Amino acid sequence: MVQYNQSRFDASFGALSDATRRGVLEQLGREDASITALAEKFQMTLTGMKKHVGVLEKAGLVSTEKVGRVRTCRLGQLGLEEEAVWLDSYRQLWAARFDELDIVVEELKQKEKANGSY
Amino acid sequence: MEVTREGETTTTNPTEVERKSEFELVVRRTINAPVHLVFDAWTKAELFRRWWVPKSFGLSLLSCEMDVRVGGQYRLVFPHEDSTMEFFGTYVDVTPNSRLVWTNDEGDAGKTVTTVTFEETAGKTLVILSDLYPSKEVLESGGSTAAMPEAFEQLDELLASLK
Repeated sequence: MVQYNQSRFDASFGALSDATRRGVLEQLGREDASITALAEKFQMTLTGMKKHVGVLEKAGLVSTEKVGRVRTCRLGQLGLEEEAVWLDSYRQLWAARFDELDIVVEELKQKEKANGSY
Repeated sequence: MEVTREGETTTTNPTEVERKSEFELVVRRTINAPVHLVFDAWTKAELFRRWWVPKSFGLSLLSCEMDVRVGGQYRLVFPHEDSTMEFFGTYVDVTPNSRLVWTNDEGDAGKTVTTVTFEETAGKTLVILSDLYPSKEVLESGGSTAAMPEAFEQLDELLASLK
């Protein structure tokens, strides 16, 4: 389960590492759009845009739905939330580490004071 | 990340995390002590092992070897199920009381580079740590071990259990 979240996170990082894909997310943040419309907007082929959307979809950042001949893309909430959650756990790790570091350094401070070296 | 007004009575300084780019995470924290003491805690194994793995993790280091000089190696060994899990790498820059850079070499797909700078102002030290992940390719390959230390997986479990 944890492993799953792990690779999911890596996938979103990868998905976000491309300027076009970030642009697509930004665009979808404003309104849902078809792959055709996105391809036009970003001046690329339909195949190219399908590939980008595929990466975003795999990362859970975008979801798509085909109605008739049109595939509509929208933001996948889950992916972005998970990334925020991960970033927060990264922060909590460091907060916990630094809290322990405070204790170690405080001890060093007291020791130094006792030795009168400063 | 936000400190509430009520939080002003606490003595713990806030830990700030920023995603600087696709490949870089930056952590900032002020320590209420002069830089030479903080630097000691980062470079002396017997001190480092006391805080790098917070007690709340519920696991302890089996061993911690650190040869802190340019080209020197470090190796941290944790118990992991019936076996052990190792993290190791090389110090790339060691500038006393100022800067530490090391690589994290256990992943197959490239090295993560960690840079730590120490800056003393009025008896307090600002520590800025940056984790730079290897490449877009590594990130896009997904599930690479280099993209994130496995220890975080356990942390995730721990944090989830605390909620």
